[in-house]
Amino acid sequence: MKTKIEVRDFDFYYGDFQALKGMNIPIAEHRITALIGPSGCGKSTFLRSLNRMNDTIPGARAEGEILLDGKNIYDPKVDVVELRQRIGMVFQRPNPFPQSVYDNVAFGPRVLGMAKRGRAMDEMVRESLEGAALWNEVKHRLDDSALNLNPGQQQRLCIARTIAVKPDVILMDEPCSALDPVATLSVEDLMRELAEEYTIVIVTHNMQQAARVSDYTGFFWLGELVEFSETDELFRAPREPLTEAYITGRRG
Amino acid sequence: MTRQQTHKLAVAVITIVAAIVVIPIILVIGVVFWNGLPALSWEFLTQPPTNGMREGGIMPAILGTVLLTFGTAIASFPLSIAAAIYLAEYAGDTRLTRWVRMAIVNLAGIPSIVYGLFGLGMFVLFFGFGTSIVAGALTLGILTMPVVISTAEEAILSVPQEFRTVSLSLGATKWQTIRHQVLPNAMPGIITGIILGLGRAAGETAPILFTVAAFYLPELPKSIFDQTMALPYHLYVISTQVPGMPLEIQYSTALVLLLIVLSLTLVATLVRTRMRRRREW
Repeated sequence: MKTKIEVRDFDFYYGDFQALKGMNIPIAEHRITALIGPSGCGKSTFLRSLNRMNDTIPGARAEGEILLDGKNIYDPKVDVVELRQRIGMVFQRPNPFPQSVYDNVAFGPRVLGMAKRGRAMDEMVRESLEGAALWNEVKHRLDDSALNLNPGQQQRLCIARTIAVKPDVILMDEPCSALDPVATLSVEDLMRELAEEYTIVIVTHNMQQAARVSDYTGFFWLGELVEFSETDELFRAPREPLTEAYITGRRG
Repeated sequence: MTRQQTHKLAVAVITIVAAIVVIPIILVIGVVFWNGLPALSWEFLTQPPTNGMREGGIMPAILGTVLLTFGTAIASFPLSIAAAIYLAEYAGDTRLTRWVRMAIVNLAGIPSIVYGLFGLGMFVLFFGFGTSIVAGALTLGILTMPVVISTAEEAILSVPQEFRTVSLSLGATKWQTIRHQVLPNAMPGIITGIILGLGRAAGETAPILFTVAAFYLPELPKSIFDQTMALPYHLYVISTQVPGMPLEIQYSTALVLLLIVLSLTLVATLVRTRMRRRREW
């Protein structure tokens, strides 16, 4: 199996505070990699390092390498804008733009010049909504405000918006934490489908979710990667006592 | 006194103070309407003044004020909005930007006659525009910049950070993010600032005194390098410089000026509430 993203000796600092220490993680193509750990353990920081969304934070600094298809994304020659098109992101709270359903999906393709208005764009919007398992629910209300959708639909709309720019990788930062159990299940089902086409990295607080959807799981603790292995193995037979304490403590 | 009594007293005092604030506004508007309305007629709005301004209408002054307001818009807004975008999105907090911000705050506090003198020196004489609509509009443009910049900056900053983050994460550049997400969402606030600035510009006398306003010029301006009459200055002239001026013409002129400024404010309010309702977050 191909490694899509290879993280090598990656450190991350906010000013003097070291948020990530010596990360080494292989992220497999067309698989779901889950990152678990307590709040403040660095998993979200790590996720945002993968598309360099941390760049905008004053005083933030990265060391080491993150290779996407063998090329270091922290190379000074890398175009961050282009990188972010290849590595999309879905956020914790459903956050559609306060525009129509259609315009939300069309935003990315429009600014990237992938399609103009008209039939090509309509086609792109439909494909993306289908890809996010939302088309049937919204096909008659594409001009409605996205804010009128329910939270689960909004989150799938955000996923449609992300896949509309045709990324290789989708990062998900606790994508279900604001959703009810039914909506959570629909998003989880969608993630399994998306994994056939995309490489997915998901940060989650919910260990059952990690166990349900992911192929690989990494356990973060105080800015370090304690354990990384296949999900079944990590939950069934954790190698590290810390991992075991965490997953059993949370289970009870 | 018990705590409840103190509370009642405080509410009463605050209510009275609030009423006192409103009374002068109502009085001013009421007096101007009461005295100005009878002489207000279609002829008054569409005819030039005659008989040493003691008869006829005020059409050239109305037109002049409308032209100046448009000119002010053109002179002020591209610059103000660019400045607001820079301050809100790019500037950060450096020594330079602190100076710029301080300059803007101070600009708002400068007496308007000083703008007038600056406009005379800068646009009328140095740039050689002469006493003209261009010179007046540029002077009024500078006058409106502080209020437009600060309201626009505030409107831009109030757009949730999340929209920027999402837009960037989709591969939009910073400028595309500003152009396609931030500005559309900030537009109600920006437009409000623009119109409030225009309302102020339309009513000012001192800045146009030396830069554009004509004492008496019944012909309409033919180009932007001509002088023009303007309502505030016309009002000043007929109130103080013309002996035997009928009072109702003075009041009607004041009423027209008041209506223009009030309607600008009203439009600003409507635009804001309408666009607010459409975009919510």
